[in-house]
Amino acid sequence: MSYLNITKKENVAVITLNQPGEKVNTLNEAMMDQFANFLDDLESDVSLKGAVLISGKKNNFIAGADIEMFKARETAEEIEQLSLGGHKILNRVESSSKPIVVAIHGSCMGGGLELSLACHYRIASGHSKTIMALPEVKLGILPGTGGTQRLPRLIGIQKSLNYMLTGKNIYARQAYKMGLVDELVHKDALEEAAIKAVHKVSSGKFERTDKRTSMEKMIESNGLGRKIVFSQALKQTLAQTKGNYPAPEKILEAVEYGYKHGKEKGLLNEAKLFGELGATYESRALVNLFFAMNNAKKNPQKDLVKPVNKIGVLGAGLMGSGIADVSINKGKYSVLLKDRDLESASKGEQGIWEDLNKKSKKRIITKFERDEIASRVTGVDSYAGFDGLNLVIEAVFEDLNLKHKIIKEVEEVTSDDTIFASNTSSLPISEIAKASSHPENVIGMHYFSPVQKMPLLEIITTEQTADWVTATAYEVGVKQGKTVIVVNDGPGFYTTRILAPFMNEALLLLEEGASIEFLDKAMKQFGYPVGPMALLDEVGFDVGAHVGETMKPMFDKRGARSSEKAQELVDEGYLGRKNKKGMYSYSDGKKKEVNTGIYKYFGGTNRTNPDMETAQFRMALTMINEAAYCLEEGILKSATDGDLGAILGLGFPPFLGGPFRYIDRLGADVIVKKLNGFAEEFGPRFKPAPILMDKAKKGEYFHKD
Amino acid sequence: MVNTVNLWLKAETNPTILKDYPFTAVLVDGIRTPFLKSGTDYNDLMAYDLGRYAIQGLLARNAVDPSSIDRVILGNVIQEVRTSNVARESALGAGIPNTVPAFTIALACISSNQAVASGVDLIRSGQAKIILAGGTETMSDIPVRFKKKFRQKVLEARKYKSPLDFLKFLKGLRPKDLLPELPAIAEFSTGETMGKSADRMAARFGVSRKDQDEFAMRSHHLAAKATQEGLLNDEIFPVKVPPKFSVVNNDNGFRADTSIEKLANLKPAFIKPHGTITAGNASFLTDGASASFIMEEQTALSLGLKPKAYLREYNFVSQDPKDELLLGPAYATPKVLDQMNLKLEDIDIFEIHEAFAGQVLAVLAALDSESFAKESLNRDSKVGQIPMDKINTMGGSLSLGHPFGATGVRLVTTAANRLHLEGGRYALVTACAAGGQGHAIILERYQG
Repeated sequence: MSYLNITKKENVAVITLNQPGEKVNTLNEAMMDQFANFLDDLESDVSLKGAVLISGKKNNFIAGADIEMFKARETAEEIEQLSLGGHKILNRVESSSKPIVVAIHGSCMGGGLELSLACHYRIASGHSKTIMALPEVKLGILPGTGGTQRLPRLIGIQKSLNYMLTGKNIYARQAYKMGLVDELVHKDALEEAAIKAVHKVSSGKFERTDKRTSMEKMIESNGLGRKIVFSQALKQTLAQTKGNYPAPEKILEAVEYGYKHGKEKGLLNEAKLFGELGATYESRALVNLFFAMNNAKKNPQKDLVKPVNKIGVLGAGLMGSGIADVSINKGKYSVLLKDRDLESASKGEQGIWEDLNKKSKKRIITKFERDEIASRVTGVDSYAGFDGLNLVIEAVFEDLNLKHKIIKEVEEVTSDDTIFASNTSSLPISEIAKASSHPENVIGMHYFSPVQKMPLLEIITTEQTADWVTATAYEVGVKQGKTVIVVNDGPGFYTTRILAPFMNEALLLLEEGASIEFLDKAMKQFGYPVGPMALLDEVGFDVGAHVGETMKPMFDKRGARSSEKAQELVDEGYLGRKNKKGMYSYSDGKKKEVNTGIYKYFGGTNRTNPDMETAQFRMALTMINEAAYCLEEGILKSATDGDLGAILGLGFPPFLGGPFRYIDRLGADVIVKKLNGFAEEFGPRFKPAPILMDKAKKGEYFHKD
Repeated sequence: MVNTVNLWLKAETNPTILKDYPFTAVLVDGIRTPFLKSGTDYNDLMAYDLGRYAIQGLLARNAVDPSSIDRVILGNVIQEVRTSNVARESALGAGIPNTVPAFTIALACISSNQAVASGVDLIRSGQAKIILAGGTETMSDIPVRFKKKFRQKVLEARKYKSPLDFLKFLKGLRPKDLLPELPAIAEFSTGETMGKSADRMAARFGVSRKDQDEFAMRSHHLAAKATQEGLLNDEIFPVKVPPKFSVVNNDNGFRADTSIEKLANLKPAFIKPHGTITAGNASFLTDGASASFIMEEQTALSLGLKPKAYLREYNFVSQDPKDELLLGPAYATPKVLDQMNLKLEDIDIFEIHEAFAGQVLAVLAALDSESFAKESLNRDSKVGQIPMDKINTMGGSLSLGHPFGATGVRLVTTAANRLHLEGGRYALVTACAAGGQGHAIILERYQG
């Protein structure tokens, strides 16, 4: 198989990367081998002045290194070798006496960007699809093909750390501004401009200008300044990772080492750290998550999908407008965003427009593109136009009677095969479907707030839901940019159901005397992005109480003790952030001070915190145990879905790999033992799920790999 | 079937001419943005914006796949140079696929009447099945230019090479050459403003200041009543103006509280001191847009849409832009009636564009004049008197406003809606335009 297509133009070798049979190029061993062979030819062929590296794919340069290649290696040494192999080739590129110019259009990620950094000149298309990034940190590793050495030397330490520690995107214009690319051209002029650039560099007419700000130059040019930069960055990093993620620290270490000991040693050290990181549990968990998310993008029943062009969204609040936003922006759907009155519908439209306007101000999109996208959503106050809809998603208040009223209204104006989806977070879909004359069209599409950012869509099917309805909802979710899991109907489905006992446990701990900040700190330390108290404020006490009420009968059956505090607090006028009365006090809409007044409902202001680890496990294990129940009862169809749902929907620590990966890691027997211990000490709510006991007895894992 | 015959009994005694076209055009739906006085809530918008809002509204409430539209045609008079084919920009901006061709029509106040007529032609001849016809106009941002001398200098300067050349720029340039130039609404061929011309025409047909003020007041009161009763809700699609997204629900130009006394106090605006046209009985500068779906009948039905009216015969006429600048409707009306062998009495609904109260009344007087019939129309007898209660019962351009390029589709839409609201079979829409041109079209209510 040939990955490279080489033609000679004006004494320049134009190498077109074109991985056979794939939509995008990935860096793998075969491609690198062929590239190494070409480097030999380039050196020996006297007629060649240099080379241009360009992609034959549409809107893609190189999507990154092939992760399978990485997954196939287990030990730190093997992984280090992988990195060293890459270094060898890129060092040759960098030290080539003939200039190699890279011409980038489309996504240029990870190893693709590192390859570009080793080249002598970078040209990018100014296209909105041209995006660069070093996203390795998201997989728990570091840029292991020279990125930690070459990027800071090109754009500066501070800027490069910002991109390597977050893995965030760099758009073409930004890249040019900071000197990451040397020239921006129209995408169709790329090749010609790149050939010209070869001649320019080869004749010595090119000198790169340092585009760092004078402040950056001043700080980064001396050892003391750099020391401050690194120690500040480490402080900020640790504040965010709580020490749970090893990669960001190692990235800092790699960059700092390179400045202390020079690039050559820096590269060797980078490879070593890359190997160490690649073999960590955290990285493996993140890589598994990556693969699970990619698999979830594939619709299992694609052939049953019916076309959806226009979506109706009922309720223009935070959820409704969020759903509309991802529908028009990512899904390219048209949306009718309906609310009771035009003013409310208009507020929803405004939020979407403001986000687009920000993008146009940052020149990510043009003003015209802003208009074009914004015009796909129309705020309305009537059902006029609903006759043409293929899918209606309701995001109105969580009240069964209201949902029944709405489903009837919608069915009156829509056709017999319009899907009715509910974005309820707790009401059973089969209950909602009772008001429908087409219960086979009714499905749950549970989004998470804020919809624009939260990556999960939990689809809930009832026994009556038609397969084509599930398939179509799945397709819409994927187009909206969501990772989709499909679960069966039941109280709280999957995500809400496992969140409820977690929150319950937090409230019980509060009743026992723990402090609010202790509980939040404990779970953030454990790896959750938000603690349970802050989360309850965000979700709202009313919603929490309502969810608790819905789930109570089920938990009561298992003899689990439910805290009554959420409802009590609602009755006392506490709703959380929305009315600025919650666990924290919110002045000017900003938190963050513990609302000590609320302690009077939890035994007074004198707090005694329990042992941190016990508290962490009490909360985490209720969630994990409940996830096991969900798998056992068939709410979940697979352990992978359970991991995805908990991580992407509820913020379960990604580096732990999800509830089921975590059980596998610690061993089901260890979990069962802990749960039984808790059951004895704190009550029967900790009784392990039978499936857990079964796995513990047989010594089996939930995941095969 | 029996019911149908009974309902159309009147028509049976009067054999109508229905020409045999290969395909029949129907009006499926029409909407417009609220029409606002210039310089108010739409002050920061371009005609492009208003156009796409109107298109967006039409698409929102009709189950029509935008890619199935064959042509987008918008009327527009005061052109913004950046969007010279504003139909195309508005269509793209409203999310209509780039594979749908679009063109803009400039035919003064009857631009979007021509958009409708062009759509009808494309459908009748089988070239198109679905047409989006409308119009858009902003008078809040008319092109103010430098004077000719300065413009020439600026263009010359593009050829300058050395810095010294720029000294040439200043040579012969006087301070007054730097003053901006506002476009006037005057006839190019005659140099006369429209108001002056209308004033003379009112005098020619003996239309008094009092008659004009009364007609203007009627228009304002009817617009207020229609708005209050929600009769315009079917044609208005509210606009939410960014960045605040405050909702604009209604027109803001009509004055519910206007009275004869108030109107009588206003001074003549064009011919001083004896003229009869004032700011109170003339239409005001307006921003707004309109959009409609015109389709081939069977296509509309197959999409499950309910047409509002058939679009029947139409014509365009033109006369002397000096003496009969706004008299077009007096020529177009009898002509279109003849085209279908209808009499004035057969028409149940009239929508007549109100540029000036004096202009409408002059047209009505001309239609009711034996001498005008003989001298100008070459007819034996007058066309007849149109009963006032059939004319513009939901307000008109005097009160609702008149965004030049958008008014025509408003007239057609309102006429179709009135056929259903007030009952009746035929509606006649007629309008005058700068350049001494005019237009009339007959709609027939769609049964079913």
